[in-house]
Amino acid sequence: MTIAKLQVTNLNVWYNNQPAVKNISLEVKTNEILGVIGPSNSGKTSFLRTLNRMNELYPNSRTTGEVRLDGLDIFKGIDKHLLRKRVGIVFALPLPLPLSIFDNIAYGPRMHGIKSRKKLQDIVERSLKAAAIWDEVKDRLPVNAFKLSGGQQQRLCIARTLAVEPEVILYDEPCSGLDPISTLRIEEAMRELKKNYTQVLVTNNVKQAARVSDRTAFFLMGEMIEIGETKDVFTRPVDKRTDDYITGRFG
Amino acid sequence: MDTKTKEKIAFAILLVATILVVTPVALIMLLVLFNGIPALTPEFIFSSPREGMRAGGIFPAIVGTLYLALGTAVFSIPLGILAAIYLNEYAARNWLTRTIELAIINLAGVPSIVYGLFGLGLFVTFLNFGASILSGSLTLAIMTLPVIITATREALNSVPRSFREVSFSLGASRWQTVRHVVLPNAIPGILTGTILGLSRAAGETAPILFTVAAFYLPRLPQSISDQAMALPYHIYVLSTQVPNVSVKVQYGTVLVLVLLIFVLNLAASVLRTRFRRRKTW
Repeated sequence: MTIAKLQVTNLNVWYNNQPAVKNISLEVKTNEILGVIGPSNSGKTSFLRTLNRMNELYPNSRTTGEVRLDGLDIFKGIDKHLLRKRVGIVFALPLPLPLSIFDNIAYGPRMHGIKSRKKLQDIVERSLKAAAIWDEVKDRLPVNAFKLSGGQQQRLCIARTLAVEPEVILYDEPCSGLDPISTLRIEEAMRELKKNYTQVLVTNNVKQAARVSDRTAFFLMGEMIEIGETKDVFTRPVDKRTDDYITGRFG
Repeated sequence: MDTKTKEKIAFAILLVATILVVTPVALIMLLVLFNGIPALTPEFIFSSPREGMRAGGIFPAIVGTLYLALGTAVFSIPLGILAAIYLNEYAARNWLTRTIELAIINLAGVPSIVYGLFGLGLFVTFLNFGASILSGSLTLAIMTLPVIITATREALNSVPRSFREVSFSLGASRWQTVRHVVLPNAIPGILTGTILGLSRAAGETAPILFTVAAFYLPRLPQSISDQAMALPYHIYVLSTQVPNVSVKVQYGTVLVLVLLIFVLNLAASVLRTRFRRRKTW
């Protein structure tokens, strides 16, 4: 039996002693896309941000439980900076740094000690290609990244995450501010990335989860109600609340 | 009264208040310019005082003030910026941090004569630096620190939190994030605030009164352990301690100090607009 890429056991997250994630256990398999759906306040973003310890940046947060990456305890067995290199995240809004397109992508590799211009050029090209934006920006790499459209910026952010060569990519509602065409492009990129990466997609858009994820988890009020193969969750959900949510009766 | 009339009255009152605010400044400037410009000759600027400071120039005082500004910058800028980075980017939000922040705010409100006496007690007497450029610069630096720390923190805070998150999310350490994302975007604000703090220090009299300022010292200071003349103190001396000084010499000295500070402030605002134009977010 192969071990899961990510193994989450009894995970709890509190903010100011208010529970946000309640006792969640699940696993993410290697090279799958796990979709996480649920209404706002369901704890899905907190769950996601715990997977690479970004949640610790909120001073009032508290976490218990266990998360293992390739069997390694992420809270005790690994330096958090190395963890974030291995488990990258793409945020809800496109957040380029105020740098050129090239420097945005090269930022992560540079922080991890890569100085050779040639190597950086290779990384930039490879990352932009993998995020399906290379053809649109290859002639203007020195241009400030804020000059790109929202959809292009978000694919740039995906490329930036890829540039540090992660093993897992977390997406926190990555298309929430984008138009349908840009959304489509990003979903295509995700499908392409499946070959090499394990991905967790938190989304407010139920249809998006149905389109791209292999398995889907439904969160509600900090609890995981249901997890299963996407087609099962969407065609014959076990729990009535899942059925109500995906058919749009609430949320 | 109908809305339109009320609007007119409000407009008139606000306008008058604004005019009243700038009137004293404009009057001072006109007075200083009108009376001071005739004194501005090369001899006045580049020679030493003569005849009991009633004639000759003010060169030693100009040089002294420049040295003091430089000394203040050397001591206060690195320390202030580093402390601000610690408080803003590193310090945990606890009672100790809050106490330090409160202390800094209060430090900014301490009257300058108190800094002067503190400098006399600590640097001149206790550490035995004597009345010297060293003592004066250190005293002015302590007075300027709260301004620099506050300005730096504001500049750091103006850099969006999301930039830091992105940097952390790529596995960068805190120092890498500060060094490569936060500081480059905060530098304009830091520079502006720092220069304004220095220009205030350059015009202060009370802190240098007991720590460095010489009543009359026609030669230039040779080292940081020398006393020095300084423009603000020289103005005080000319207007209260020496009888029969011509109005021209007094206003000329004031004009030179005002111009010096004006140049510093101008540099600050030029920098600010320069960087603002380059800012893309």
